[in-house]
Amino acid sequence: MIAKSLWALGLVAVPFAAHAQTEISWWHAMTGANAEVVEKIAGDFNASQGDYVLKPVFKGTYPEALNAGIAAFRAGQAPDIIQVFDVGTGVMMGAEGAIKPVAELLTENGATFDKSQYLPGIVAYYSNPAGEMLSFPYNSSSPILYYNKDIFQKAGLDVDNPPKTWDEVWTAARQIKSSGAATCGYTSTWLTWIHTENFAAWNNISWGTNENGLSGNPELKLDSETYVKHFQALADLAKEGVFVYGGRTSEAKQNFTSGECGILTESSGGLGDIVKAGINYGIGQLPYDATAPGAPQNTIPGGASLWVMGGKSDETYKGVAAFFNYLSQTDVQQYLHEQSGYLPVTMAAYEASKASGFYEQNPAREVPITQMMGKPPTENSKGVRAPNLPQIRDILNEEFEKMLAGQQDAATAMKAAVERGNAAIRDAAGG
Amino acid sequence: MRRTVFPHKLLPWLLLAPQLAITLIFFYWPAAQAFRQSVLKEDPFGLSSAFVGLANFRKVLSDPAYLNAVQVTVVFSLLVAFSALAIALFLAVQAEKIIRGKGFYRTMMIWPYAVAPAIAGMLWLFMFNPSFGTLAWPLRQIGINWNPLLDGDDAMILVVAAATWKQISYNFLFFVAGLQAIPKSLLEAAAIDGASRRHAFWTIVFPLLTPTTFFLLVVNTVYALFDTFGIIHAVTGGGPGKSTETLVYKVYNDGFVNLIMGDSAAQSVILMVIVIALTAFQFRFIERRVHYG
Repeated sequence: MIAKSLWALGLVAVPFAAHAQTEISWWHAMTGANAEVVEKIAGDFNASQGDYVLKPVFKGTYPEALNAGIAAFRAGQAPDIIQVFDVGTGVMMGAEGAIKPVAELLTENGATFDKSQYLPGIVAYYSNPAGEMLSFPYNSSSPILYYNKDIFQKAGLDVDNPPKTWDEVWTAARQIKSSGAATCGYTSTWLTWIHTENFAAWNNISWGTNENGLSGNPELKLDSETYVKHFQALADLAKEGVFVYGGRTSEAKQNFTSGECGILTESSGGLGDIVKAGINYGIGQLPYDATAPGAPQNTIPGGASLWVMGGKSDETYKGVAAFFNYLSQTDVQQYLHEQSGYLPVTMAAYEASKASGFYEQNPAREVPITQMMGKPPTENSKGVRAPNLPQIRDILNEEFEKMLAGQQDAATAMKAAVERGNAAIRDAAGG
Repeated sequence: MRRTVFPHKLLPWLLLAPQLAITLIFFYWPAAQAFRQSVLKEDPFGLSSAFVGLANFRKVLSDPAYLNAVQVTVVFSLLVAFSALAIALFLAVQAEKIIRGKGFYRTMMIWPYAVAPAIAGMLWLFMFNPSFGTLAWPLRQIGINWNPLLDGDDAMILVVAAATWKQISYNFLFFVAGLQAIPKSLLEAAAIDGASRRHAFWTIVFPLLTPTTFFLLVVNTVYALFDTFGIIHAVTGGGPGKSTETLVYKVYNDGFVNLIMGDSAAQSVILMVIVIALTAFQFRFIERRVHYG
């Protein structure tokens, strides 16, 4: 309703300023409630000034939006702003001539860009090795633990204290199954993102060389002892039927919302669906490996950021800079954070939400933020990057599936994944 | 027969022009682009591009994952084409026997054809999801460890079933038409000679149906090779492992998910060659045995 009336306002404004307005296109991949947030933000931005008209266009799923952007670039029809998901970050960073670094864009257009105003974990992820922020973080999330309080009660587990370490998760999951409280103890979405990429950061162990690929092409280190032990535990639980595999992306959420599984690890952005399912849920931090020194360290963001395409007019860039400035404003960030469930990008927005008592009413909303801000990031916990991260995730998923089906043990799976992954990275880097 | 001769040289070309234009724009041009891309090594954005000759083809053909996709495709296509033809023929013959409500049965049988592949895939996915599937639950109850998410054979059965189900209607339609075209007098003569129904079917009906069967064989093979992308995409995404990754799915995955343009283009060129060879083979060798009555 509001978006509609604002749009109407925008139309009213057109006749007066049509000659001076510059159109800025924004391709995004947001659906449902998050798409409404996009429309509202664009509408508010357009109403706030008269020089630019921001036009958001929905382009399908994350990979579809990225593909559409690439195809459009090749045809010389690239949008001004495109939303690209986390795993596409490496692809965009590799396309130097095709993009305009956001930090450069902001300083060129007179906006003061102060890195310290932004959440460090998020900025580090979207910066190049020299520390220059290349894209504007729009929606960031982090993996957390969800548990079903009713199932915990039935299984005789402590309803107010969810398991903190992976060993505690395994024990609780076995108890859920053996007590008959549920047929499945534990499940997880996104095994690659949660159990390798975030597992590395949270336990401060290496995912790959060169700062996990942030300062150069990585060589995977996923066959080290900590990973093998962790995945062998998962494989054993799968064999016992305590761990149930849901699929490669977020399918496992349904195993949790249907009441089949007692514990779930999933993105903080998945909260909406879990609330909607109406189950008696609780939230905890992402579990860590108690044997890893320094754990828990900090988690890394998933989600997406806004990239500015290269070769556009100065006028367009001015408009994009104005929009990013608008987007950084505390009240806009606070709205984005509280409405969409994604993390705020600026410290000021986080403080504002805190001051307003938002986290007292919604304690779960603060968990991913404290997780990500826990400690200053190390070389293992700034994020992971590879020129072909989607392919690496595919390879890992294939080996995990063979392992969970009982065709190979964790050591074999991790070794094969590392060998295949490294070969694919070398191949991608060679081109 | 009287031959019609057009006096103008231009008119036939003019009449052909729309069809030719469509063929050129939508078939030859993309095919030429695929050929061009297949000999280049490019980054996704096309910022750098190098001619690499046949290196992409060598790489693809020596990739064990590609050979796996060939194997998966052969198994998948044979299963889908055979099941879809056999079941549709059986149903068409049964529907012929019905006296009352023939039209109703036929209409009901044709409906699934109107369902989009991705939707069909989702329906089967939900019915057979190991956790909450309506039909997976009874399977579990009778002691079958049904898990297409991790078991490659279960996953293959699921995509074959979904792809077959979707194609049965189409085949059914053609078989019904084919059966109606068979002169009743032949069957009556066979009955008078004391042939059993089964005997009459295999010696009269089946041979007379061969033009239909042959046509459907070609159509079903092409369907299994190409049109099942939506089903595989929706149901398994090529997994678990790589156990349902067909050639077409691999082209998509390498090109549009992994953004390796050269490999993907080389694969689509190979696919093009396979389809041309397959169609030529079917027409050259199988059509000879077809009885056109």
